[in-house]
Amino acid sequence: MKGFAWTSAPDLAAALRAGSATVAATMAAAPGPAAANAVILKAGGIDLLDLMKEGLLAPQRIVNLRGIPELGRIAEEPGGALRIGAMVTLAQLAGDPLIRARYGALAQAAGGSASPQIRHVATLGGNLLQRPRCWYFRSIHHDCARKGGRQCFAFMGENQYHAIFGQYGCAIVHPSTAATALVAFDASVELVGARGARRTVALENFLLGPEVDLQRENALAPGEILTAVLLPAPKPGVRSFHLRQGELDSFDWPIADVAVVLELGRDGACRRAGVVLGAAAPVPYRARGAESALAGQRIAEGTARSAAIAALAGATPLAKNAYKVPVFEALVRRAILGAAGQA
Amino acid sequence: MSRRILNVVINGERHELLIEPHWTLLQVLRGQIGMMGTKENCLEAECGVCTVLLEGKAVNSCILLAGQVEGRAITTIEGLGDPEHLHPLQAAFIEHGAVQCGYCIPGMILSAKSFLDENPGRQPTRQEIREALAGTLCRCTGYGKIVDAVAAAAQRMAGKEPTP
Ligand SMILES: Cc1cc2nc3c(=O)[nH]c(=O)nc-3n(C[C@H](O)[C@H](O)[C@H](O)COP(=O)(O)OP(=O)(O)OC[C@H]3O[C@@H](n4cnc5c(N)ncnc54)[C@H](O)[C@@H]3O)c2cc1C
Ligand code: SF4
Repeated sequence: MKGFAWTSAPDLAAALRAGSATVAATMAAAPGPAAANAVILKAGGIDLLDLMKEGLLAPQRIVNLRGIPELGRIAEEPGGALRIGAMVTLAQLAGDPLIRARYGALAQAAGGSASPQIRHVATLGGNLLQRPRCWYFRSIHHDCARKGGRQCFAFMGENQYHAIFGQYGCAIVHPSTAATALVAFDASVELVGARGARRTVALENFLLGPEVDLQRENALAPGEILTAVLLPAPKPGVRSFHLRQGELDSFDWPIADVAVVLELGRDGACRRAGVVLGAAAPVPYRARGAESALAGQRIAEGTARSAAIAALAGATPLAKNAYKVPVFEALVRRAILGAAGQA
Repeated sequence: MSRRILNVVINGERHELLIEPHWTLLQVLRGQIGMMGTKENCLEAECGVCTVLLEGKAVNSCILLAGQVEGRAITTIEGLGDPEHLHPLQAAFIEHGAVQCGYCIPGMILSAKSFLDENPGRQPTRQEIREALAGTLCRCTGYGKIVDAVAAAAQRMAGKEPTP
């Protein structure tokens, strides 16, 4: 790792004044090994240090967000919505009683991410803004399309962990497991700009596919800070479930994960369903086919099975990742039954 | 580049250190203080041999900038017990023959301590213990006895079995 200067921001205003650039912009501004021209924010630092050790990033100054108390809180808003500060750790999310009770799939997704040690440090904000895990992207020897090069090495190369949907010039899967659950809950992110302007964007719109922008995974503007994730108040009858499948029975990014949120009426019929696939596409993939297959139906093995098939309709797997299709089908079916309490 | 002062409590002892901002906690522990109990291996938070406790919680010291622990308390394996007064986990690891080459053991014991301290007074299942240790790899693959040792220590620490 190269040297850098270090600032610990005591409050949000100080962090905003530091004038950070996004990691994506920094890497794009100086293609090739180690972009070295920017002020970069640090949350837990897990992905940041990875990128720096990999030689992909060498910021001049790091601004630590850890000392800002307001970013570390989980609080219920007046109407019942939940506000999760960006610096809340994955371990806190997994263990929080309110999140476990109302947004179970999020607690499951956070608790199943990475290892216990990483969950103690990794923050929700950093998790959503981490850069992709594609091994060509992480290698300084591959100047791939996402880093401003001409080609995507994954299309013709080792693509067993890549996307099965939405590979427009780049086949990454979004690395955040928590995002799968958050999109299923229709979560939003709150962003504060350099001049203090606050905006709220649906997470689904905040995360960008390569057809919108090939070089960055989200719409974070330079100088902007992600301050919180907002979860809408749970509707009556809402139940949720998250399932992940790893390649080994040890910790690692999942090869497939699925979040299901069901709004069940008194009669047991599904009023509304959210079905989202993680590790399937460059952004969390909302399986609209499955969502409409479940609407109005009573949940049973048969409905879950046909919704699972609908979820994978239109998949465009690459040479080495077609195995993901049946894995996802099984996870979608089991997550639907899990959410309905029939697992 | 720009050296800075780091104040940190390690195993109950206050340290004022002069560090480079890009040093990790692992580098400070091994390279600057000379505490070799914390091991160095993958440097990417994948193997867990560098695990220490930060305010009681297991973290990977290889991927934590030293500046991040300013004003906080670190426990390394050296802070857990000594040959005359073993921590129940250390005693259980010896009794159950859970140590083979030994390289992963500091990380294993500290991961287990973090987990048991977060779940006091109850006996965890073997599956829970396995999940709690999932971030720490043993390449001798002696996981069975390690899980036995943690289960025994949990029982002892919950007061269900007297400490010898
Ligand atoms: C072995 C291993 C296994 C893993 N497995 C999983 C897994 O299964 N699922 C999963 O989801 N993740 C997994 N991860 C990734 C890990 O969870 C992320 O690296 C971590 O969550 C990043 O969070 P952080 O707080 O450390 O972010 P940082 O590294 O501090 O920041 C990440 C990026 O976000 C920016 N940033 C951070 N916070 C803010 C903010 N509030 N506003 C603006 N910009 C900000 C930083 O500038 C940086 O670019 C794994 C990691 C490892 C090493
Ligand atoms: S999948 Fe994306 S990140 Fe990976 S090589 Fe292709 S363009 Fe690069």
